[in-house]
Amino acid sequence: MRAYLDAIAAGYPTVSPALVYLIGMLAFGALVVFVFILPVAGITSWVERRVWARIQSRIGPNRVGPGGFLQWLADGLKNLLKEDVIPAAVDVPLFRIAPYVVVAGFVAAFVALPFAGSLIIADLNIGILYISAITSLVVIGILMAGWSSNNKWSMLGGIRSATQIICYEIPVGLSIFPVVLLSGTLSMQGIISAQGWAPTSWHMFHSPFLFVSFLLFFVGALAEGNRTPFDLPEADSELVAGFATEYSGMRSLLFFLAEWGNLYVIGVLVSTLFMGGWQVPHFTDNGVVLAVAQFATMFVKAYFWVFVAMWVRATLPRVRVDQFMTLCWKYMVPIGLVNVVGTATMMVVLPQGSIVLRWIMVAMTAAILVQFARRVFFHLRRANYGRLGRISEGAA
Amino acid sequence: MSDYIPVLITLLLGVVIVAAMSNLNRLLGPRKMTAIKGEAFECGNEATGPGWGRFSIKFYMVAILFIVFDVEVVFMYPWAVIYRELGVFGFVEMAVFVLVLAVGYAFAWRKGAFEWR
Repeated sequence: MRAYLDAIAAGYPTVSPALVYLIGMLAFGALVVFVFILPVAGITSWVERRVWARIQSRIGPNRVGPGGFLQWLADGLKNLLKEDVIPAAVDVPLFRIAPYVVVAGFVAAFVALPFAGSLIIADLNIGILYISAITSLVVIGILMAGWSSNNKWSMLGGIRSATQIICYEIPVGLSIFPVVLLSGTLSMQGIISAQGWAPTSWHMFHSPFLFVSFLLFFVGALAEGNRTPFDLPEADSELVAGFATEYSGMRSLLFFLAEWGNLYVIGVLVSTLFMGGWQVPHFTDNGVVLAVAQFATMFVKAYFWVFVAMWVRATLPRVRVDQFMTLCWKYMVPIGLVNVVGTATMMVVLPQGSIVLRWIMVAMTAAILVQFARRVFFHLRRANYGRLGRISEGAA
Repeated sequence: MSDYIPVLITLLLGVVIVAAMSNLNRLLGPRKMTAIKGEAFECGNEATGPGWGRFSIKFYMVAILFIVFDVEVVFMYPWAVIYRELGVFGFVEMAVFVLVLAVGYAFAWRKGAFEWR
């Protein structure tokens, strides 16, 4: 964004550049927040319900607007018209501050998230470190919400959430290192520029270590976003609604807004770190067309991982607390350390990486995906055959 | 520092969203507070005792482990950024660091710090 604003400031020599910068940033920030983040977070809630419904052989919300598309607006409006109950025994100031901290922490993560080659609010030189730091504000907000509610469910949910997020911070941090080692920078745009549009140049396929890092990162990010199978903090069958039990109306919706929005943040991080981000082949010299293509690429890649997270949520049961601690400390942390050392060793042995290894990694991943698709189609065919078989028996 | 002005602006926008939405909710929503509504929710039972009970020591254990390992992770960021320039020297240095970390990790495992009992 900086370059655009400098160009605009150069066009108006009478106005102070600092003022142009400030107003431009405010306008672009507001654009990103109100036109992108809020609708994406809202629409994700509708998409998620539709996806679950389809996976569970239901229909899902389909009444409001075409295919139920406006359901998210209707839900928002309904929550707006509900009573905002603040129970008598809560710690009122903390209870009110908690949603502010959660939403501010989540929105501030978008500062360093790239949308396209030139579209990023600020390409901070500590990009990925900044994001992992600022998203930790959410933990403080959730802990505040859980503690201030003066309710046993809320407190258990808040404490569990804090435990879970700080535990998985370590494997997630460790799985970022191989990427940083390869790119030699923490800036998000720098990490993307170190990759290309072709899958063989993605960090994910650099070596087996990077591929394992990618899996660790995705699992750890699901845990940090309180997503199933790690949704212990708001386990509805154990803790009612966890830290959000005492919240009602808009305040409770804001917690879920941050959760759905965080899904998109996870998607962008996975595609930036491991999948080449917005990289497209340079097919045109028209900057606007290129920017649109880059934006679309980034969005599709990020939303694919959002979809996978929904799929996981509809498929897997919740883990127990002890299983989840074991998974983090006894499996993910040592594997993460091995990844860091392994990548460092590989970079000493093969400073430029190996294109043969990259092709082998891509081919293996493609083979796994093809085999997976074959299994899915096999079961679909079998399911259809069974249904048809029953019908014909009935007819006979 | 001007790189960080957008961070402040965006934090402010986040605060504005919450302030606007929750205050609109207070304006539009009904306000009929009763004694029952003000009670803590315990699945329909009467709430017994305060919500701020004592919780398990295990959570403190996790917090200590987090501080130990997360500080190590933070130490590794500068190393990772300039790894290509450091070459073999950087590799040996970090191998020693990770070895020390691994000894600490093995100790914590042996002492049962990772067990959730």
